[in-house]
Amino acid sequence: MIELAYTVTAWMPGWMQAIAIILMKISLLMMPLLLGVAYLTFAERKIIGYMQVRVGPNRVGPRGWLQPIADSLKLMFKEIVIPSSANRFLFLLSPLLAFAPALAAWAVIPFDDHLVIADINAGLLYVLAITSLGVYGIILAGWASNSKYAFLGAIRSGAQMVSYEIAMGFALVGVIMAAGSLNLGQIVQAQATGLGLFSWFWLPLLPLFVIYFISGVAETNRAPFDVAEGESEIVAGFHVDYSGMAFAVFFLAEYANMILIAALASLLFLGGWLSPFDGLPVLGPLFDWVPGIVWMLAKMSFFLLLFLWLRATFPRYRYDQIMRLGWKVFIPLTLVWIMVTGVLVVGEVGPWFGHGEG
Amino acid sequence: MLENYLPILIFMAVGLIMGAVVMAIGYLLGPQRPDSEKGSAYECGFEAFEDARMKFDVRYYLVAILFIIFDLEIAFLFPWAVVLGEIGLFALGAMAIFLLILVVGFIYEWKKGALEWE
Repeated sequence: MIELAYTVTAWMPGWMQAIAIILMKISLLMMPLLLGVAYLTFAERKIIGYMQVRVGPNRVGPRGWLQPIADSLKLMFKEIVIPSSANRFLFLLSPLLAFAPALAAWAVIPFDDHLVIADINAGLLYVLAITSLGVYGIILAGWASNSKYAFLGAIRSGAQMVSYEIAMGFALVGVIMAAGSLNLGQIVQAQATGLGLFSWFWLPLLPLFVIYFISGVAETNRAPFDVAEGESEIVAGFHVDYSGMAFAVFFLAEYANMILIAALASLLFLGGWLSPFDGLPVLGPLFDWVPGIVWMLAKMSFFLLLFLWLRATFPRYRYDQIMRLGWKVFIPLTLVWIMVTGVLVVGEVGPWFGHGEG
Repeated sequence: MLENYLPILIFMAVGLIMGAVVMAIGYLLGPQRPDSEKGSAYECGFEAFEDARMKFDVRYYLVAILFIIFDLEIAFLFPWAVVLGEIGLFALGAMAIFLLILVVGFIYEWKKGALEWE
C-alpha cells in the first residue's frame, strides 16, 4: 500500500512527495471517520428507537440506511442564517474552531501496531491539549450569536467542560504512571503482559477507567450531562442560532469527539488493538488470526454503544449535580487513586507493573 | 524528531480547510434571503429587548480560575508520571508532598463554598 503511494508520487520533488503521502494518509483516516460520524447519527436514532420500542428511521432507502445521506443533503441546501446582531466574523469562525481540533486529535491515534499518522512521543499530552481547544469554539459561538439562550448554553458548557477536564487529566496521569510513557502505541504495548484481557489497565485502574469514560461523556456534552443543550430550558444551547451547514459542522465535531473518546478509552484501558485472549491457553491461538484493527474497532463500537445506551437510559442531571459530581466526587477519587497507583508502580505489584522499561 | 509533527500541522490545516469548504458549500447551495425577522436573535418568539452579552454568575469565573490551578497541576504531574517507575520511592514521596499542599488548598476552597451551586 505505502509502496504504491511512493511509486505514484515518484515524479515529485522530495518535500512535495512527503506532503502528498501525508495527505493520502490523512484522507485514508478522514473518509472512514466522517462516514463513521454519519452512520453514528443513524445508529443513534435506530438504537434509541429500538430501546424505546420504536423502529427509528426506516423510510429513506432499505431499512433507512440512506438516512444520513439524505440528512446531509438537506442540510447542504439550507440557508445559513447569520443573525443581524451577531458578530459575523466570530460567528462563522467558531464552527471551524470546534471542528479542526476534533479532527486534528486523530493524528496520533494508532489503530494497529504503528498504524498511526504521527507517531509522536508526547501523544497523550497532545490529545489533552488539542481536545481542550474545542471549548473555544463553543464559548465563541455562544458569545458571537448574541442570543441569551446561546450565551447561557455556552457558559454552562464551558464551565462543565473545564470541570470534567480536570478529572479526565487526573485519570490520564494514572495511565501514564502505569505505562511509563506518553506515546499511545507504547501505552498499548505496556498492557501486553500475556494475561489476555486481565493484563489491560482497566483492572488495576478500574476507578480511573470509570471516571475517564464518564468524564468523556460530560466533555462531549452528551446525555445525561447535556445541560448545555437542555432542549426544555435553553432550547439548543450554544448553537441555537446556527443553521444549515454551519450547524452541521458543530454536529460533526461533537460526534467526532465522541468517537475520539471511545478510541482513547479503548487504547488507554482496554488494550487498543490487543486481542482479549492474547496469551490465554485455548482461546489465544484460536483468535490469533484476527487482525488488531478489528479488535480496536470492536472496542470503539462498544464504547459508542455505551454512549447511546446512557442517553436512552438516564434522565438529565441538574447543573449543580453535574458540578458536584465533577468537583466533589471525581477529583478526590482520582487523587486517591493516583496515590494508590503510585504505590503499585513503585512496589511493582501484580502482572501489570514493573515489566516494561518504565 | 520534529518531522514527526509535520503530519499534525497538515492535519490541523486540513481540518480548518474542510470545515471552511463544508460551510462554503452550504453557502453556495443554500438560498440567501435574509429579512429582519429571520435575522433577529432567537428568543422563543419574543423580541430581544436587551443585548445578550449580559452579566453572568461570578461562579463561572471562579470555576475558570480553579480550573487553571488544577490544570497546571496536571501539567506538573505528566512528566513525573512518565519517570515514576525509574526514580521510584523518592519521586513518590516528593509528589505526595506536592499533592498534599494542593489537597489542603482544595479542602479550603471546598469549605469556603467555592464549589457550591444551590
